[in-house]
Parts: sequence; C-alpha cells; structure tokens
Amino acid sequence: MSQPIHFHPSSGFDQRSREAMNDLHLRRSFRGAMDFLQAKRRAQFTDANELSRLRDLGEAIRRHALANLPQLLEELESRLSRNGVQVHWAQTPEEARAIVLEIAKRKEAKSVVKGKSMVSEEIGLNHALEAAGIDALETDMGEYIVQLAGEAPSHIIMPAIHKTKQQIAELFAAKLPGVAYTENVDELIRIGREVLRKKFATADIGLSGVNFMVAETGTLFLVENEGNGRMCTTVPKVHIAITGIEKVVAKLDHVAILNTLLPRSATGQPVETYQNFISSPRKPGELDGPDEVHLILLDNGRTQAYGDVQLRATLQCIRCGACMNHCPVYARIGGHAYGTTYPGPIGAIISPHLLGLGATHRLATASTLCGACAEVCPVRIPITDLLVRLRNEAQAADADSSLRGAGESRKPLVSILFRAWALVYRYPTLYRLSTWLMSRGRAFMPGYQGAWTGIRTPLIPAKKRLRDLMAERQRTN
Amino acid sequence: MNARDSILARLRAAPAGDPAPLPDVAGWYAAMPRLDAAERLARFKAAIEASHAEVHETYRSLWPDLLLSIAEQKGLRRFLVGGTPEAALLRSRRGALDFIDYEHAGIDWRDEMFANVDASLTNARCALADTGSLVLWPDSREPRMMSLVPPVHFVLLDASAIHQHLYEAMNKEGWADGMPTNAVVISGPSKTADIQQTLAYGAHGPKEVVVLLCRENQE
Ligand code: SF4
Repeated sequence: MSQPIHFHPSSGFDQRSREAMNDLHLRRSFRGAMDFLQAKRRAQFTDANELSRLRDLGEAIRRHALANLPQLLEELESRLSRNGVQVHWAQTPEEARAIVLEIAKRKEAKSVVKGKSMVSEEIGLNHALEAAGIDALETDMGEYIVQLAGEAPSHIIMPAIHKTKQQIAELFAAKLPGVAYTENVDELIRIGREVLRKKFATADIGLSGVNFMVAETGTLFLVENEGNGRMCTTVPKVHIAITGIEKVVAKLDHVAILNTLLPRSATGQPVETYQNFISSPRKPGELDGPDEVHLILLDNGRTQAYGDVQLRATLQCIRCGACMNHCPVYARIGGHAYGTTYPGPIGAIISPHLLGLGATHRLATASTLCGACAEVCPVRIPITDLLVRLRNEAQAADADSSLRGAGESRKPLVSILFRAWALVYRYPTLYRLSTWLMSRGRAFMPGYQGAWTGIRTPLIPAKKRLRDLMAERQRTN
Repeated sequence: MNARDSILARLRAAPAGDPAPLPDVAGWYAAMPRLDAAERLARFKAAIEASHAEVHETYRSLWPDLLLSIAEQKGLRRFLVGGTPEAALLRSRRGALDFIDYEHAGIDWRDEMFANVDASLTNARCALADTGSLVLWPDSREPRMMSLVPPVHFVLLDASAIHQHLYEAMNKEGWADGMPTNAVVISGPSKTADIQQTLAYGAHGPKEVVVLLCRENQE
C-alpha cells in the first residue's frame, strides 16, 4: 500500500548534507561560485562607510513597510484595482494554486511561460499546472536547465549553480531534439533562446514573481538580466504575478534605494539589465502588453512571523541571496541538502513559518553562528539572533510558544539535563558539589553522549577542577 | 472571513514593534556630490559601455545617416519602427532598409516578429548616469515589444536628458504622479551568467543595444 508523502526537510537533512559533503563535483561547483560571488559583491562596495549607511537606509525602508503593512497592502490593492490590475489574496499554497488554475481555466489556457519566481516554487505551482494538463515552462535560463533536468533550484538567484557546463551540455544533447553536444556557453544560450522564443510567442499566460510592490502608485517592480521576465509580462495576453505579502514598500523612490542594494548584494553587478515597472494592463490604443494583469498576494505563514516582534525582521528580506553566498555551511552542502524552497540562512529563518518548526527545526542548527550572513545582509536582518531564537523555540514547552511546531525537537532527557544545569549554576554550593562529583566520578561518564559522540570522542571531565588546581598552587607557594 | 480579511486581521492583531519613521531617501541623494551635464554624459557612456552597449555620439540632424551606416556594417535589413516622427524621418531616408510598421502589423504577427526582424529603433525618455541606463516609457507609438524582441535595439537619446540617478529621474519627472502601463530601465543588452557563471549576451532580449547619443546641432 502506498503511503502519502509528507514533506519533511528536517528528516533527511543530515543524510543529504553528508551526501553533498562527499560529492566532490558539487563541492567544487559551490566553492567556485561562492568565491566568485563574494569577490564580485566586495568589488561593488568599496566604501565601508557608505555601505553601512546604505544598509541602514535599506533596513529603515523595509522596517517602515512592515510597521505599516496592513495599511500599505490596502493602499496597494486600491491603487492596483484603480489601475485595472486584479488583486487576489491567498492564505495557503492550495488557495494560491486554485486562483492560478481558475484563471487558466477561464482563459482556456494550454501553456504558461514562467519568469523566475521563488514563490511559485514555494506553492508547487508547476505540478499543479501539469496535473491540470497545462504546460508550465520555466524561461529563466537557470530555471529552464533545472526544469529540463527534473530538479529544483539550488540557489534563489542562480538556480543552476550546482551544475557544470559539461553537465548542461549533456543535458541539452540528451533532451533537446536535434541538438549536438557542445560546451560552448554562447552556443548553449543560443539554443535555449531559440527554444524559448517559440514558447513566448505562443503561450497563453505569463507568470512572474515580483521584487517590490509600490503602494503609492500601484506598481509591480521586477528586475532581471535575461529579458525572459519582460517576455512573460509583455507577450502573453494574461500576466499573473505572485508574491508574498511582505514585498510591499510605501513609496516609489524606496525602490530606487533598495535596487542599489539588491543587484550589488546578489550578484555583484551594479545594476540589472532590466528594471521593469508594471502598473496596469494594456490600455486602449496600446498595441501590446497583456489584457489582464493579476496579482496574487500569498500569506503561507508570513503572518506568523509578523505576529512576533523579533521574528518579524525575517520579512525584511529582499531575497538577494548574499547570506547564502557567504555562509560556510551553505558553501559546503549546497542548496538541495536543505530540502526547502529557500535554502541557506534565509531558508533556515523563513522556512519554519512556511512549513512549521516540526519539519524545519534542523535547519537552524546548520549554522556555526559565525554571523557572516547578518554582516552582509543589505537590510540588516539579525539572522544569527533569529537562528538562536528558532533553536530555542524548537525546544520550547508547547505552551510557551505561538509558533507552529514549536517544541518538536524537545527531548525529555535533554530538557532535564538543561534544567539541572540551570539549577546547578544558580547555587554556588551545588555547583561546587557537582563539579566535585563529576571530576571524581569521571570513570562513569557514558560512552554515548547523543549527537556529540556521533562524530567526536566522549566528553570526560578533568581529573582536577580549576578550583583544585588553584588550591594546590596556593599550597606550594 | 475571506482570505483577504483573515490576512489583514492577523496583521492588525500583531503587537506594534519599535517605531519606524518614513526613511529619508531625499537626504541620502542630497548628500551625494552633484555631477554637471558633461560629467553625467561621460559617466553614462562609460557605465553603459561597461555593460556591453555601443554608444555613438552624433547630432540631431545627423543620426539617420549614422544609423544607416551602422545598419549596413552590421548587415541589418528588416527594421521594426513605431509611429514617431523619428521613424518617419528614417523612412524618408530609406536606403537599403526594409521597414516594418508595428502599428499596421497589429498584434497577431508575433511569430513573424520573433523570427524575422533584424532590428528596431525607439526613443529613450531619458538616461541615468550612475548605472548607465536608458529609461523607456513604451506607448502606442512605440510599443513594449519593440525594445525586447528584435535582436538589435537602436535607441535615440537626447544628450541633455541624462539624470544622475534613478531617484532624480523619478523626482524631476514626477513619476509618482502617474506611472505609465510599463516603464522600463535598460542597462545594456540582455545577458545571463546561469551556466557556470560565464557571461553570455543575447539571452532572451536584444543581443546588441546601440545608443545614438544626439547633441543639439552645431551652430
Ligand atoms: S536575509 Fe538578507 S542577505 Fe539573505 S536573502 Fe534576505 S536580504 Fe539577502
């Protein structure tokens, strides 16, 4: 009998990390890519003072937006509606998928071309479309490669970062009719361009993400280098944009600041090739552009993060990926090990809200707390603080937390040990007594000490405590 | 409660955080050193060339001849043009070019446009010095696909219309008072680095962007 499959990133995380660690090709791909991206970012921000002030401003813009989130969403909705854009709200991935499918059905759509959208990955849209008999084609070159290989993106900005050009050359030769093996990158891109051009010209619906939404003007702001985003939002008769509720900002000029941070933090380029401002469907007299523009605003756990003043900072994120590019853990295990749509440090802090802590609490432990992520984050999210908070939440007693799945990694023995520790540390006599007992009873330390002894030798207390050594020293003096 | 009201209710029920005043974006830009017109032009040119666009400096009266000679060098014949006076001027010079008129072609000739057009010509509304960018507000005379689908995109830019940065363009031109259907800021030809971080041009949009930077005619 078949069992329903439950998505549970935590359960396979250790296994997947170990496999990734043992995959030399993968390690080399990621190390190379991370070094490259770090160097490019560094070259963009040569003035540390200026960067610091710019990050202050970026943070202030995002915090202002979050502080006024419900009002801004209403303002955005009313502006967009006045501009002729149809706004939809979805609390769950199911609701979001249903909205897309309903539009597709009404339009009798047979094919959808997709610009890069992590939120569409988050809601598993491609499967839903295919199940409904609708072709869903990724058009970002990286996403296209990943889709052709039947995989998921391993990085939020560079989806095919885990693949070498030889692997891509083999993939194209195997999957595309009439294509011969070539490692020439220009040629590979030309092949992709030709295949996808035909699709753009005939697709019924274009689907995209959104980088920022401007409440003041009712504008969707999208950036990209390839032009596929503009294709998806311009050529088909219907454009559906999907994004999280947190992506709104108050003013148009806030976009100018955020977009000086975004490309430089993400890929180390001064600016993207295309900054696309979309404010309405095709107006009478205009000769192209979609007749219908839809915006789907997705919650999917974001309101849970919002409900907690500290965790709310998670929603400041502008999805630049700098935190993953600088994470020593991500660089070694890659994006797929995480098992979530969003990998790396941002994945560890956002996924618990999307999927519950029960399924994701291991991710927060995949960090050395070195703080590199928080140091590069363009909007100053205190990522390490949030990781520590989530670790604690995963151990919390149920009643103490409002987070879904809190306390799921709580083990009675561990919690007794820590409570005992807290007690011992509170009373000096008790502390002295227990260290005396431990140093004298060191032979009784268990050989198995949980996760610690998984890859390390057991902890054995010293024969003599510091206190004993000090006493000896004073006697000899 | 429907999804919208539930989401908004949850957001409203959340505790207030620390105060978050409206950020001082204007102050940030005011503190930047101002560039004069010549500096802006030089900066624009250097930056967009670094993004792999071609820039040709010319004069208002001379650009059609320049365009014709560049088109000839590049072997471009089939030109997509809009309903602007500049397009009319170019057509009057004809030369060896075939013109395809967007307006008369209508919206249902996509296959043709995707497969058989060599180049297009549009105006830029203005440009941005710091990032080397062209600002286009496509309209009924110069539709959106003109700057996207043809493999080579020629852009006419008035040399006096170069702002220092995006904020200045937004502010001086009052964008927030009325955004068009689509505004697009273009910084060079379409590109990708999705295969092993190797940069390749001509991903989905134009492979080449050719800027004709027009100064007022010499006395
Ligand atoms: S958390 Fe910060 S660094 Fe990471 S993707 Fe978001 S904005 Fe970028």
